[in-house]
This record gives sequence, structure tokens and C-alpha cells, in this order.
Amino acid sequence: MTSLALRPLVLDTGDTAWLLVASALVLLMAPGLALFYGGMVRSKGVLNMMMMTFGALGVIVVVWVLVGYSLAFGDDVGWGLVGDPTQFFGLQSLMSEDSNGDGTVPRILFAVFQGLFCVITGALVSGAIADRARFGAWLVFVAVWTVLVYAPVAHWVFDFSAGDHVGGWIANDLGAIDFAGGMAVEICSGASGLALALVLGPRLGFGKDPMRPHNLTLVMLGAGLLWFGWFGFNAGSALAANQTAAIVFTTTLLAGAAGSLGWLLLERLRDGHATTLGAASGLVAGLVAITPSCGSLTPLGAIAMGGVAGVVCALAVGLKYRFGYDDSLDVVGVHLVGGLIGTFGIGVLGSAAAPTGVDGLLYGGGVDQLGKQLVGGGAVLVYAFVVSGIIGVVIDKAMGFRIHEEHELTGIDQVVHAETAYDLHATAGARSGHSVLGTMTHREDNE
Amino acid sequence: MKLVTAVIKPHKWEDVRAALETVGVTGMTVSEVSGYGRQKGHTEVYRGAEYDISLVPKIRIEIVVDDADVEVVTGSIVQAARTGRIGDGKVWVSPVESVVRVRTGERDEGAI
Repeated sequence: MTSLALRPLVLDTGDTAWLLVASALVLLMAPGLALFYGGMVRSKGVLNMMMMTFGALGVIVVVWVLVGYSLAFGDDVGWGLVGDPTQFFGLQSLMSEDSNGDGTVPRILFAVFQGLFCVITGALVSGAIADRARFGAWLVFVAVWTVLVYAPVAHWVFDFSAGDHVGGWIANDLGAIDFAGGMAVEICSGASGLALALVLGPRLGFGKDPMRPHNLTLVMLGAGLLWFGWFGFNAGSALAANQTAAIVFTTTLLAGAAGSLGWLLLERLRDGHATTLGAASGLVAGLVAITPSCGSLTPLGAIAMGGVAGVVCALAVGLKYRFGYDDSLDVVGVHLVGGLIGTFGIGVLGSAAAPTGVDGLLYGGGVDQLGKQLVGGGAVLVYAFVVSGIIGVVIDKAMGFRIHEEHELTGIDQVVHAETAYDLHATAGARSGHSVLGTMTHREDNE
Repeated sequence: MKLVTAVIKPHKWEDVRAALETVGVTGMTVSEVSGYGRQKGHTEVYRGAEYDISLVPKIRIEIVVDDADVEVVTGSIVQAARTGRIGDGKVWVSPVESVVRVRTGERDEGAI
């Protein structure tokens, strides 16, 4: 992540145009994730799964504009831990052109771009608690989590000191590298998801009843949209239309492809079949791992990083069965493990020839950078896990986080949202007052 | 009158329909069903987790026929639906007491 403050003084229309597009691409990841996750749950929970993403989108962008951006990118109020929460309230002070400071892109656009990172991170967490979370409790969680977990972590990782501005400790004091969010997005969402999965407990019938994905074509479509959006996520983090963005675009492409191949190869050898879900999961694993490292690797390094992530994440998703936690859609196995691979991998595969790279172990750079990466990644993991767990427990005690057992068995879509995703039977949706399986009441009929 | 019920592999449906048309069957009821026989379904793998899927998709065909037509109808279904591999299905015949055509009120043989 390049700091706005380090860039030249004049706004650049090319940079601004690219960041506008990149921001829209990151927003596209939200419906992409909704499809990716929605296809992986059973048909009776697909709408709720999608609504957790769309609900997070609604809550987070509002909270971000009110207070999140200030906490993340306001002047540090102590030890590099958190920004001044009132500094950019409502982004009011970023309305005028004078507010752009010394960047080449409008600061308000940077604020929104960063807010969309928070959206996708929060939405990722929901995959760990599919089919069993109360929708209202989930919305409360993402609001509090934005303030207490994501914004501080973003401050640590993304907020660089410059001039009078003092930023966060991981970016400035520690010097760990996280170009587009291996720590702030991937490790943070994975650790938060693990904490919530433990707080809510496993789905009824977990490990016993079949809970296979109900629509793999949605999963493939969602994965494709995620990959498309990821170019905005990673290459947009260059905050400029330049050589760095081009290199990051390249490494993002390569790591996704190699991740997919790695996962498929492992599946073919272990299970005998190369599956569509494996192809989609592997490309996401590769993209997760390249997120922190996309500016620090050579193209060959990106292939290695993606391939390793594809194989290791494919192995890691089995951990939930071994340890008995129901991380329903493998947020831990793909995002936490993939984020750790990418974050730590910089210390091994990093190359000084890359825009934000330093020579890692394999390039003769010693263990110095690896140590920094371990400290940064470890700190984010522990912080996100502990604080998300506390928020989850408090919400559970205060208002209940989990839906009623009977509602879970009936299907969360029908009970929570009064909708079902698919009307496949002529008898289930008659338009008149009488139908075989249900009765429809027009509002006019009651007047 | 008899009710001929057949449960067959979905991909053999077109062959069976053509065979029944050839022997003069004019109407039938067809539904998509699931079930299993001696093979006990199949296995699917999602992210390394194996699922034993006990219910296999099948097509169920129901035809009411005159007693005299039972042999030719069942025979043509069996011939058209057979692949020789496991899961080809079953055909069975049950007695029918009475049939009414809803449109005209015709009964029994006249209603088939």
C-alpha cells in the first residue's frame, strides 16, 4: 500500500480515473462474494448468505464514513494503535479540492476506496457462520467490528506517516509489508471468522448431515467476479496508473491462475477428481496470498506463491473436521491460512526488483523481513480473533446471535427473510388465494 | 386394465418415449424422482469432503393400459431402457379397478 502522502503534489486525472474504476471493481467483489458464498450453502440458506454480504455493505460504508475512516487514517492518537476518531467525521472536511493534501488522487476517493476494503473484509467473515446467524445480530456485529477491529488494524497496516501525519505501528515502526491487505483483510477476516464460528457453534448436523453446495455454477460465477474485482483491489492499491499498478496486475493474474492449478493438482492426486469447487477455491487462495505480496514479488515469485497457497489451503480446509469447528465456507482454511502464506511469504520470496519488495530468504536477504512479517501477521491474527470473539459473545448475551433451532432446520431464508430463492414447483406458488402448498394474500385483499 | 410403472435412467427417457410411441401408447405420466437400489447411490467430493449421495435421479413413467397390451408395453420399456449396467431401473405392473376421463366422463377401456 502506497501512502497518499508520499505522492507528488498535483492531482492526476489518469491516476484518479484508475482509482475510480478500481473502487468500482472492489465494489463488484461484494456481489461476487455473495454469489461465491451463496452457491456453497444449501438452497434453504442462499438468500441469507447473500444478504449477509449486502447487509454488511450497507452498514459498513455508513459506519466507515462516520467514524471508520478517521480511526484508520486520522492522525495517530497514541503508540500507532488508532487514528483520531473525529478527524474526518462524515468526510465533510474532504469535500473541497483543498482537502487533497499532497496526493495525485482526491482524498475522498481514497477514503471510499479504503471503505470498500472494509466492506469486503467484513463480508468475508460471514462465510464462517452460514445458515445460523440472526440477521440483526450480524448487522450489529459488522458495525461494532468495523470500529473496534477493522479500522484499528487498517491504521496499523495501511496508514503511513508523512510530514505532520503520524500513522500506524506495523507500517511505520515495524516495517512489515502488506501491499493490499494480507494482514488487514485476509488474516483479519479469517481470524474474526474463526472467533465467530466458535462463538456460534456448529450448524445442526455438522459433520453428520450432507451440507454440500447447492449451486456450483453460482460459485464459479462469483469466483470469476471476485478475480475481476481483485485487480481493482490489488492494482488499485498502487493509487496510481503506473508501473507499480502494472506489475501488481501481473502478479495478481499469475497467482490466481497458479492457485487454481495447485488446488486442482492436489485434488486430482488425493481424491481422484479435479473439481469446479476446487478450481474456484484455488484461485481465491492464490489471490488471497498475493494480496499482501503483489508488489513484492517477481512474476515467477507470484506463480510460486499462488501454487503453494493453492496446495496448502486445499489441505487446510480439512482442519475444521479434525478440530470440530464449523467454519462453514472455509474462511479460516482459505483466507486466514492464505493470508498467512502471503504475509510470511514476502520474507521468503520477496525481491528487491519489485516495487515494494525487499530481498527475502530465497533472494539472499536473510530473515530480517520474515521476522517483521511474522510479528505483524501474528499481531493482527491475535487482535482480530480476541476482539471479534468478545464482540460476538457480548452480542450473543445481549440479543442472541444464533437463530432458533427449529428455524435453522426449516431454513433461514424462509424464517428470517420470508423468501425462498427458488420456486421450482408449480404447486408451491399459485397466484390465486388457494394453492396446494401455500396461500397467497394480496395486500389489496385485506383492505 | 393395468398400471405399468417404470423407473428408468434419465438419459434413457427419450429412447423409452420413442419405443412406447412405436407400440401405440398415446399418453403417460412422467415425473422426476429419486431413489436407490442395490448400488446405494454414489459419492461426491467437495473441498476434499466426501458425501455419500444415496438418492440417484430417475424418471418414473406411469401408463394405464388394456390387459392385452401389458406385455408389449413392458417389453418395449425394458428393451429401450436397458444399458446392461447397474441402476437401469425397474418396471412393475399393478391392477387398476376403474378409470375415468375427466373431460368426457368416459369410463374404463373407453377412457384409456
